Amino acid sequence: MNRIPKSRLIILAIVFLGAAYTLPFYAKAYLLGLLTVAYYFGIFSMSWDLLFGYAGEVNFGPTFLIGLGAYTAGILNNQYGLAIGWCIIVGSISSVLGGLILALPALRLKGPYFGLTTLVAVLLLQNLIVVMADVTGGEIGLTVPDVIAINDVSNYYIALSVMTVSGFILYSLAHSRLGLILEAIGQNPVETASLGFNVTKHKIAAFVVSAFFSGIAGSFLVFYFGSASVGTLIEVSVGVQVIIAAVLGGRRTILGAVLGSIFMISATEALRPLGTLSTFVVSLVALAVIMIAPGGFLDLLLGKKESNL
Amino acid sequence: MIIWQILLDGFAVSALYALGAAGFTLIFGVSGVLNLSHGALMVTAAVVAWAGGAVWGMDSLSASLLGIFACLLGSWLTYFVIIRPLQKTKAIAKEEREIFILTGTLLWGILIQELLAYFFTSNAKSVNPIFEGVNLIQGVRIPSNEVFTAVVCWGTIALLWVLVNRTTLGKVLLAASMNARGVTLLGFELSWIYVTVWSIYGLLAGVAGVSLGMFLGVSSYSSGPLMASAFTIVVLGGLGSISGSLIAAYAVGYLETLTAYLISPAYRTIPSLILLIVVMYVRPQGILGRRST
Repeated sequence: MNRIPKSRLIILAIVFLGAAYTLPFYAKAYLLGLLTVAYYFGIFSMSWDLLFGYAGEVNFGPTFLIGLGAYTAGILNNQYGLAIGWCIIVGSISSVLGGLILALPALRLKGPYFGLTTLVAVLLLQNLIVVMADVTGGEIGLTVPDVIAINDVSNYYIALSVMTVSGFILYSLAHSRLGLILEAIGQNPVETASLGFNVTKHKIAAFVVSAFFSGIAGSFLVFYFGSASVGTLIEVSVGVQVIIAAVLGGRRTILGAVLGSIFMISATEALRPLGTLSTFVVSLVALAVIMIAPGGFLDLLLGKKESNL
Repeated sequence: MIIWQILLDGFAVSALYALGAAGFTLIFGVSGVLNLSHGALMVTAAVVAWAGGAVWGMDSLSASLLGIFACLLGSWLTYFVIIRPLQKTKAIAKEEREIFILTGTLLWGILIQELLAYFFTSNAKSVNPIFEGVNLIQGVRIPSNEVFTAVVCWGTIALLWVLVNRTTLGKVLLAASMNARGVTLLGFELSWIYVTVWSIYGLLAGVAGVSLGMFLGVSSYSSGPLMASAFTIVVLGGLGSISGSLIAAYAVGYLETLTAYLISPAYRTIPSLILLIVVMYVRPQGILGRRST
C-alpha cells in the first residue's frame, strides 16, 4: 500500500488553506455558499475518518451524531430563544452524550454488528423526529429564528475557520499517541490489548471526539441554513455522502476528507442540469475511484510508490 | 375480528420479510459479503415486472418471470463488476476489504436506483397480481393476492431449505460458509461456488422483489428502507443463519402489524428498531447467529 509522506501532506494543506482564505477576494457569492456547506460536511467526514481510518470502526450513523447536535441546537433556539453560541455548545455536548450512550454498549460489538447498530440509531432518531413533530417540526423541518451571519463572506470565513480548527485538532489527535494506539487497535485489537492498552477506553475516546466535532458542525450548519430537516441532516443517504467523501478523499488521512466533501458537494451542484441523472454520475465517479484508486484523491495527488511490495 | 386481521396480515407480511432477508443472509453466510445493493436489486425485479405489464403489455405471469430474470442478471453484474474485482485487488489491505465492499455495493445500489428512476420515473408502482379477487377467511376479507404471496414466499423458502440441507450442492455451500479453504482442498472451485450462490441469491431476491411489488408496491426510492428492514431482520436473526432470519422476520412482521393496527401506522417501525437495539446489547450475535470472530 502507498504511504503518503507527511511533509507533502502539510505542504498541500498550507497551499489549500492559502487559496481558501484568499478566495472571497475574487470568487462569486454562489461559489462561497457552496464551499461553506462543503466545509461543514468536511468536518463530518474528518470526524468519521478518525473513527474508521484509525480505530477501524465503521460508523454507519454519522448522521445520528450530526442530527442530535443539530436538532438540539435548533430546538433550543426555536423553542427557548437561547443565544446561538449557547445552542452550539449545548448541541455539541448532546452529541457527545448521545455518542456515549450509543458507544458504551455498541463498542462491545464487532465489525458489521457495530455498523448495523449505528445505522439503526439513525433510523430510530429519524422516526422519533417525525413522530415528535410538535417540537421538531417533523417531516417538514425546523426553522430557527436566528442565523450566524447574513453576509456570504462572513459565513464562508466562519465555516472555513471552524473547519481549519477542527481539522487541525483532529489531525494532531490522529498523529498523537491516541492516534497511534487507535491505529494499532484497528489492525490487531488483541495484540494491542496484550501490550497493556485499554482498547475499549481508546475507542470510546475516539467516538467521543468524533461525536463532538460532528455535533459542532451540525449545529453550525443549522444556523447557516436557518433550518434543520431530516432530509438534509439525518437521512441515511446523507450519512452515505459523508462516508463516501471520506473514502474518496483518502481514508486515514483526515485531511483528504475535506477534498472528498468539496468534490461531492460541488459535483452534485455542477451536475444539477442533468436532473435525476446527477446523483447517478456522482455515484459512478465515486465508485470508479474506489474500484480503480482505493487510496483516494490524496493518494493520487501525493502518493509515493513503494517498490518493495 | 381484529385479532384474525392482525394474525393473517402479519403472516403474509412476515413471509415476505423472511424471503427478502433469506438471500441477503445466504450471501453473507457463504461468501462473507454484506451486499448493500440488496434493496435496489429487489426493486429492480419489481419495477421490471411492473414495466412488463404496464409498458410492454405482457401478461402478469410472464412479466413476473421477466422481473425475476432481471434480478438474476443484476445479481451476476453485482458479483462480476463490484464484488470480484474488490476481492481480488491487491491495492486494498485485507482488513479494509469489508468497508470497500460495503461502500462499493452501496454506490452500486444508488446507481441501480437512479437508473430505474430515470427510465421508469420514481413514482410508486404495483405489479399486476397473478391472482385477483378476495377470500373470506375467519370473517376477514383477505385478497387472493395476499394468500398467493404467503404461499410463494413459503414455497421458495422451503425450496431453499431442501437445496441447502438435502442436496450435494447445498452441502458444498454450507461447507464453503464454514471453511472456504477446506472446500477448495476437497477439489471444489471456489469461484464456481460463488457464482452459484450469487445465482441462487438473484432468484431469491427476484421472487421477493416481485412479490413485494404485487403485495405492497414499490418505488425506486424504497430500496433504502427495504435494505434497512432486511438488515434489521438479518441481524436480529443472526448474520448468516437462515432459520434465524425466519424467526426474526416473524417477530418484526407481527410487531409492525400490531403497532400499525393497535397504535398508529406512523409508529410502525419504531418497536422493531428498539427490539433490535435491545437484542444487540443482550445477545450481539442475534437469535441464532454464530459468535463472530
